[in-house]
Amino acid sequence: MAREEAEDTREDMVIDGVEEGHKPNYEVPDGFNSDYLMIYYGKFFPYAEMHKWMSYGNDGKHPGCDQSYFGRREFSFTLENDIYVRFQSFNDVADLENAIKKKCPFKIDIGPVYSVDPAKRNAYAQSGGNVFRPVERELVFDIDISDYDDVRFCCKGADVCSECWPLMTVAIKIIDTALREDFGFNHILWVYSGRRGVHCWVCDGKARRLDDGQRAAIVNYLHVHKGNEHSIKKVTLVGQTFHPFIGRSAEVVKEFFEEKFVSSQNLFSDEDRYEKILEMIPDESITSELRGKWQDKKRSRDDINVVRWGQLKHLLQSGKQKMLGVRRCVEEIMFTFTYPRLDLEVSKHMNHLLKAPFCIHPKTGRVCVPIDPKHCEDFDPSSAPTLSRLLEELNMGALGNGGEEVLENTSLGKSLRYFRSSFLHPLLKSCKEDIENAYAAKVQQSSNSLSW
Amino acid sequence: MEIVGSRRKSLLPPAGNAAPTIPLYRSAPELEVRLEDFELYAVHRLRVLKGISDALSRGKKPNEMENVVKELLKVHMSHPEASQVMNKDIISHFVLRLVYCREEELRKWFLSMETTLFRYRFLLETSEAQIALMAEFDLPYKTITNAEYENVKDKLNKVARSMNSSADTIYYKVPFEKVPDLVARREVFIMKGYAYVPRNQVLSLLVTHYRSNLSKALVLTNRKWTSMIREQEKDRLTPIVEALSTSYLGPDYSQPKDFGEISLRDIDQIARSSFPLCMRYLFEKLKEDHHLKHGGRMQLGLFLKGVGLKLDDALAFWKSEFSKKVGAERFDKEYAYGIRHNYGKEGKRTDYTPYSCQKIISSTPGVGDHHGCPYRHLREENLRAALNNMGVANRALEDVMDKVRNKHYQLACTLTFEAVHGASCDQGINHPNQYYSDSKTILESRNNSKGT
Repeated sequence: MAREEAEDTREDMVIDGVEEGHKPNYEVPDGFNSDYLMIYYGKFFPYAEMHKWMSYGNDGKHPGCDQSYFGRREFSFTLENDIYVRFQSFNDVADLENAIKKKCPFKIDIGPVYSVDPAKRNAYAQSGGNVFRPVERELVFDIDISDYDDVRFCCKGADVCSECWPLMTVAIKIIDTALREDFGFNHILWVYSGRRGVHCWVCDGKARRLDDGQRAAIVNYLHVHKGNEHSIKKVTLVGQTFHPFIGRSAEVVKEFFEEKFVSSQNLFSDEDRYEKILEMIPDESITSELRGKWQDKKRSRDDINVVRWGQLKHLLQSGKQKMLGVRRCVEEIMFTFTYPRLDLEVSKHMNHLLKAPFCIHPKTGRVCVPIDPKHCEDFDPSSAPTLSRLLEELNMGALGNGGEEVLENTSLGKSLRYFRSSFLHPLLKSCKEDIENAYAAKVQQSSNSLSW
Repeated sequence: MEIVGSRRKSLLPPAGNAAPTIPLYRSAPELEVRLEDFELYAVHRLRVLKGISDALSRGKKPNEMENVVKELLKVHMSHPEASQVMNKDIISHFVLRLVYCREEELRKWFLSMETTLFRYRFLLETSEAQIALMAEFDLPYKTITNAEYENVKDKLNKVARSMNSSADTIYYKVPFEKVPDLVARREVFIMKGYAYVPRNQVLSLLVTHYRSNLSKALVLTNRKWTSMIREQEKDRLTPIVEALSTSYLGPDYSQPKDFGEISLRDIDQIARSSFPLCMRYLFEKLKEDHHLKHGGRMQLGLFLKGVGLKLDDALAFWKSEFSKKVGAERFDKEYAYGIRHNYGKEGKRTDYTPYSCQKIISSTPGVGDHHGCPYRHLREENLRAALNNMGVANRALEDVMDKVRNKHYQLACTLTFEAVHGASCDQGINHPNQYYSDSKTILESRNNSKGT
């Protein structure tokens, strides 16, 4: 559709230096460099939205607003030659915009809100004590698909495809549900990391004010897949019943594992792969029985992976199995493959920096766009807008009216609309209520103390 | 709390009525305290807290910790008059508040240890005492109504059964961040940000409150200390308070009694078998370079004195090494005096005490120095090589390096001791001379049993 518009306008305009019949080339070769970035920062990066988000309602329009709030937030820039500058802070949106346009950072990270302006932290170092410290920070999560390399066989390392990406979908579903249903958080933003993972930003006031110990508690609650490449058994589910969180997550895990993953990864058709699974079963008689069955390379009509998984389940869960440890193996195997693998350190510490949404990933050129958790199965990383595509769209639209309308019609438009309507507006509404209530309470309190 | 001189007998009110229970230290008691008890009680309590710290770093499990705490209290916090036990408890706590309120690191440590102490003391109490204590906390949380209970009943049961325990009947609805340890272990049901805490799990809640109250109290105490007390008490309590946080609490080894003398012939052999790494390292550098700088001469020299090396032998020992580099005459002129000084035969004739681990760890060796604590001051490769020379390898070596990485230098030394001697060292290493005497004890008993 964009192309048609461009051709229409071409008839009305005379383009200097272009001969009749010569079609302008809008194509922009794929890539990531400071020239492209400068245009992105010039035309696309949503400064106003980011500033509104990071201000959490402190826009000066209410007497209860904290004018210093935005200025106490740490940003860090990674510049072109891998130069990393921390403790950047800005007074307002213009400051932020000018700095980004001027420095053209290859990556922007967001840190905590400190007790004082981070740029002035050294002035406070002399007074001793703990004067410069983080006071607010979103609860964040970082999930990287390369942490699943031991269980995905379609890709390795930095690659991602439509067979393994759904692991991220499972992670989003399980964690998002827990954050909302169990922990009661409402203002949650999921973002594509630009290459092979997802980030989560929990922005409720209560979440921002959690200390390190409380963050660790939440992380441990969600932590089920443990151990490293040396441990054989990474998931141990004890107890006669499951904690409701585990039970709920087990359904998501099971559905994905049985209906998609076991087949897409050929977990049982390859001997090395199924041996790894058999290792997790503590009962020799069962494993040798299964091994025997599977030596037989007979082809069946149905997917061999599904068939063999069925055989394994049948043996482990049959009425004859008295030991809970054996029955539990079924869930433990499914969890081992598909339960979310969190980077604990990212979430536990208030001062951990995380990449800002709407940055561009240097290795892929893709924009870190938000993901709607309600429709996370529909997100396809290969369709995320890229820097070069946006520039192409800009070229094509540049012949029309510039400004916001152009932005809305690019492939970034949808992400921005989602960000604003599903995340930013409800968040700001809630923040304003909090500010008003806190202010009213304070006024009430001081008027109480005045009365003798 | 009033501190009185030692002439007057203390006029402490008679102990309260009920069975011994845990004081909550809400406010400084109306007691008079003798000056020597001021310091003594604090030292005893400090031994308990340090014992807890040690046990935690060694990874003791909760059930083991209960016994550890029980023993520590029995050994250090008892009093000949049963009625004074509670007073000692309260007084020692408040004195240590003064000591540990003064800096952030000190506050963190004190808070952590006192909270742990509270937790295990609670667990050691009878259930009637526990219920009484709970009432004292006066928590602002409500129990859930019958209607709420019906709503979540099966989930509450699931949680109980997942822990192989039975459901309770009374539940408190509490914001989840008030019971972080229950959340972390998935031992509580949470919904929309609230934890449903059964009465039998209420300890977690109490601990959170205890910790938070103590934390606030420490900040207030610090203010009072800096603004008023420190100056007021500068001739009486302040020096005691300032010394307490850095004190080494064990025997000083300045008068070696146990093993009598060691002769020069034996030194090489006992250095190999019984010296801790710090002294072995200095000893070997001395043999290599025929010289040590001042810090090394002090650290090793005083250690040797503590080990039982007589002055004449010490002079002969150092002379034999140094004269290889600087000549006998220069040794007599420049170095002999220092050695005699260490033995109290010169100058103000102070008989210097050998350095404790604390002192050695906090020293700052410079270029060309070989003193200090090798676990802290040596680079990793050099430390590994030194440990290999002592015969520590493989698994044991990795365990030691793990402690080093976590900055638990004394524990690293303890593990080295255990690896070298093939025996456990439960109380940990706090002094190089303790390492030596423990080592001799083990080796002598082995020789004796071999002989019989």
